[in-house]
Amino acid sequence: MPRTFYAKMQIQPLIDGKSELTHAAEPPQEVVISSRVRLARNLQGHPFPGWAKAAQRRAVLTECEEAIAGLGIMQKGSVLEIEKLSDLEKQVLVERHLISRELSAHGAGAGVIVSSDQVAAIMINEEDHLRIQVLRSGYHFDDIWQVIDEIDTALEDKIDYAFSEEIGYLTACPTNVGTGLRASVMMHLPGLVLSSQMEKVVRAVNQLGMVVRGLFGEGSDASGSLFQISNQQTLGESEIEIIRRLGNVIDTIKEQEVNARLRLIENEPQKLADKIGRAYGILQHGHVLSSSEAMNFLSLIRLAVDLGILPVEQRAQVDRLFLESQPGHIQFAARENIDSEGRDIARARMLREETRIMPPLNFDKLAFS
Amino acid sequence: MAKPPDCSHCQKQATIHLTQIINNQIKKLDFCEGCPHQQGVTDPAGFSLAELLAQSEKDAEPIETDQSGTTCVTCGFAPNDFKKLGRLGCPDCYDNLESLIEPMLERMHRGTKHVGKLPDHLIHRVRMKAKIKQAEYALQHAIANEAFEDAAKLRDELKALKSAFDSGNFDSADHADRTA
Repeated sequence: MPRTFYAKMQIQPLIDGKSELTHAAEPPQEVVISSRVRLARNLQGHPFPGWAKAAQRRAVLTECEEAIAGLGIMQKGSVLEIEKLSDLEKQVLVERHLISRELSAHGAGAGVIVSSDQVAAIMINEEDHLRIQVLRSGYHFDDIWQVIDEIDTALEDKIDYAFSEEIGYLTACPTNVGTGLRASVMMHLPGLVLSSQMEKVVRAVNQLGMVVRGLFGEGSDASGSLFQISNQQTLGESEIEIIRRLGNVIDTIKEQEVNARLRLIENEPQKLADKIGRAYGILQHGHVLSSSEAMNFLSLIRLAVDLGILPVEQRAQVDRLFLESQPGHIQFAARENIDSEGRDIARARMLREETRIMPPLNFDKLAFS
Repeated sequence: MAKPPDCSHCQKQATIHLTQIINNQIKKLDFCEGCPHQQGVTDPAGFSLAELLAQSEKDAEPIETDQSGTTCVTCGFAPNDFKKLGRLGCPDCYDNLESLIEPMLERMHRGTKHVGKLPDHLIHRVRMKAKIKQAEYALQHAIANEAFEDAAKLRDELKALKSAFDSGNFDSADHADRTA
């Protein structure tokens, strides 16, 4: 990749700007890192993107871009066509949850429009013609639903959606038909992971028709103890009911996580303190750190904040570093092409600098016997 | 020892086994080493066991009787394409391939009837178009019957409807429908 390429990065404003995930207006919460809702919508009279020819996809892109340009929330937003982005730019967008892996693999007619605060993103010609997403730091489904409902209604004023009175919004995959709504929450669950209870939680959540996925790790690997919990069913329930039911599941998981933490403090305080202490030491002094290692150490620092071992202000930094430790972000910040080993060195350097002035650990809250 | 199961996707020997509990029923899928990746199983953001089940259960069903070679008249999509892609061809597939899709919806969702948000603007546009069509028909009928007084009235009504439709102002012309 030529060096000059970096001068032309189209996503630079998104990296430089203050985004919801890196600089949220409200302080981050314990356990729930972020929540989002996405709506799948399609245009009447057009084949779905996976079945459409390139010219048909481009026609949909033009029609959608025109309609989206009129939205108040998208003024000063970024309009990006996937064909014109480098692999690295696409990876950074995936890591920021602004596009899906599926969209990043698409060519002709695929695009995304992102609001300047990165709260709203609309993918065009992903699996469906439109995938509208609203994401907020913390647990904020009421606000999110209000914002996404307004966006959807405004778009529907300009575009004839594919809709059936019987089965609702028609989507490329029958798993999304009906409301086309997927609500999901990113949760930080180190207590349940450390006490080996995640498998039990996943089974219980699945029984309720919800899905648990690892968020940042490859495959099912949930490095950083980060999990995404979302609804699986979209037909036969209203949007509000789906969100309320997911909310109940989230509340229960949160309770279980808090209990698991209390048990760890009670039964194995030294082990817990040791894990946190090692994470703190390696982040401050390590020289080679893989993405997965970094996520796990940052997770322990976030846990330390929740337990009062570090000041609450550190939580926002950890959440930003979860994102900035990802391979694409490390590569992007390096501004030159580096291999995986080079990225591990660059990641360790960045984390050393970030944690250099971190306050000391205060274990007073953990009563050692 | 029992013979290991075949891959749900390509019928090679399966080495990867997935289990998920949906609505209190245990669902299982088996894969050879190569197929999970193609099916998106290794992509945590894109993987849904329900989608895979929909495909594999469909595979297990008698395709001939259920689908009888029907294709979507709008886009040419055939049930076999769903087997390959796991996605439909166009919105009309839901009507044109109903026998394929309806049983899937019953398995996948909590209900089979949409009870969520309605696209109000779209519904009003559809109603307005129907009203315009009705008015056009009534006008032609009046002219054919030489009821010129009625025709003049109908022409004015039609003009008002068309101008309301073009300007997107449904409130004035369609108020009765909205409040009904």
